[in-house]
Amino acid sequence: MLDVSGMHVSYGQSEVLHGLGFNVDRGEIIAIMGRNGMGKTTLMKALMGIVPTREGKVDIDGTDITQMKSFQRVKQGIAYVPQGRMIFSTMTVQENIETGLFVRGTPSIPPDIYELFPVLSEMKARRGGNLSGGQQQQLAIARALATGPKVLLLDEPTEGIQPSIIRDLARTLRHIRDERGLSIVVSEQVLSFALDIADRVFVIENGRLVHEDNRADIDEAKIAGFLAV
Amino acid sequence: MFSDYSLGDLGSILAMQGFAGLILFSVFVLMALGLAIIFGQMGVINMAHGEFMILGAYVTYLCSELFTNYLPALYNGYFPVAIVAAFCASGALGLLVEWVLIRHLYRRPLDTLLATWGLSLILQQVYRSIFGAREVGVELPDWMLGSTHLTDTIEVPINGIIVMCITTAITVAVYLLIFRSGWGKRVRAVMSNRTMAGAVGIDTERVDRMTFGIGCGIAGIAGSAFTMVGSTSPTAGQLYIVDTFLVVVFGGAQSLLGTIASAFTISQAQSTLEFFTSGSNAKVLTLLTVVAILMVRPQGLFTVKVRR
Ligand SMILES: Nc1ncnc2c1ncn2[C@@H]1O[C@H](COP(=O)(O)OP(=O)(O)O)[C@@H](O)[C@H]1O
Ligand SMILES: [Mg+2]
Repeated sequence: MLDVSGMHVSYGQSEVLHGLGFNVDRGEIIAIMGRNGMGKTTLMKALMGIVPTREGKVDIDGTDITQMKSFQRVKQGIAYVPQGRMIFSTMTVQENIETGLFVRGTPSIPPDIYELFPVLSEMKARRGGNLSGGQQQQLAIARALATGPKVLLLDEPTEGIQPSIIRDLARTLRHIRDERGLSIVVSEQVLSFALDIADRVFVIENGRLVHEDNRADIDEAKIAGFLAV
Repeated sequence: MFSDYSLGDLGSILAMQGFAGLILFSVFVLMALGLAIIFGQMGVINMAHGEFMILGAYVTYLCSELFTNYLPALYNGYFPVAIVAAFCASGALGLLVEWVLIRHLYRRPLDTLLATWGLSLILQQVYRSIFGAREVGVELPDWMLGSTHLTDTIEVPINGIIVMCITTAITVAVYLLIFRSGWGKRVRAVMSNRTMAGAVGIDTERVDRMTFGIGCGIAGIAGSAFTMVGSTSPTAGQLYIVDTFLVVVFGGAQSLLGTIASAFTISQAQSTLEFFTSGSNAKVLTLLTVVAILMVRPQGLFTVKVRR
């Protein structure tokens, strides 16, 4: 579904990602684990076309999207829930979700999105900026789903969210995957959350993928070792 | 300066100057609307906005000439045609300028400032070459001339009322466009977070071009209204750009209501003061008042309260 190979990304002169490669199957959830500053956000932004990919190739469903602009990538089926949520704070909850509908020309919000997040349905008319952190996270996911994606990217979705809500989030993401056959790429520092949802776990260190485990034979201690400061 | 007038006279003077200021108010509102949506959407300060207005004024002049020479029987109806033509001409020029110039300069505010200033000089020269340096004016059809008497001492110019209605209609249309249309939703998303707007599938560059075109088109309509209060010359737009900046800053760049309130305050203050002192004194007094108020409320008159 998503194929990334030999990806080099730099800010100005300093290269941050040094030839990353991985692939994600249809309906698969992968977690990319790493400490702060290892390049998780940069990877997500490069996949979204927010920072340019200097070398390498990104394919989605066989279509090369390496040189595409953000909105063209969304059209090809990639959606993004950024670190810090980045919802449109002056727009209402409903309008926030509707911004995701333009790319497919969907006339109105599909009901299953509000079914996933009943809280948002109750707060339709509130300004996004006035929601709590957990609600903003749900809104950011709803907005991404409104674009009708094949691959969903989430950058540290658990950051700044209470433990009880993190469990709900894991359940929701698995549910979305099962319902829609969506592929999900999630970057994380919280190991328990990643173990809870991921089919495969990668570790990123200084812009390289240094470790990979399948769910069946996960080496928890080793991954925890990478994450320890 | 007020002592020579009785209280009743003062009331009438205030009311009449107030109505006389309506056209100025309309020109300000239309200019500021265009300037503010362009600035809000893409952070571009369009120094050539006055020239887009003057293009609208010249188009209005051409329409009136056209009707005089070829369709004299229909002269009464020239103004609506002129407004539409002015909007289209200035809007089209806006689209072209965005495509040729502005889109290469995003995120470089100083460069856009200089580039649009240069553009304003070029446009002035173009107008001078085509229309000559002399001022041109339009003849208003009979039904738009004269005034109605509200009371014995208060009369209201008819063209002022017409321009007010047009401005109200445009303002309502802009409001509906921004808060009810798909384009408006895109614009607000881009204003709120450009990167994220792209990442939810909005073609931000196309939204930019549309916005610039619509903003300039509205300036063209302001130009149509302008032909009623001033005579059109290549450099007439320059006189208005500073006032318009004043209106936008005073109103708080993000708020439609603020823009209208601030245009009203500034145009009324100028129009009323002009009666009692000279035009330049009126400007100075207005400017000083605005500066004083901005020192107390640097964010402008109105702002939207929300956690960012
Ligand atoms: N805008 C930027 N300009 C320059 N360097 C950056 C920028 N953003 C991130 N970096 C650097 O890139 C590296 C990876 O950062 P990031 O992708 O944000 O890591 P993570 O999300 O894993 O915490 C860090 O060394 C960081 O300092
Ligand atoms: Mg990060």
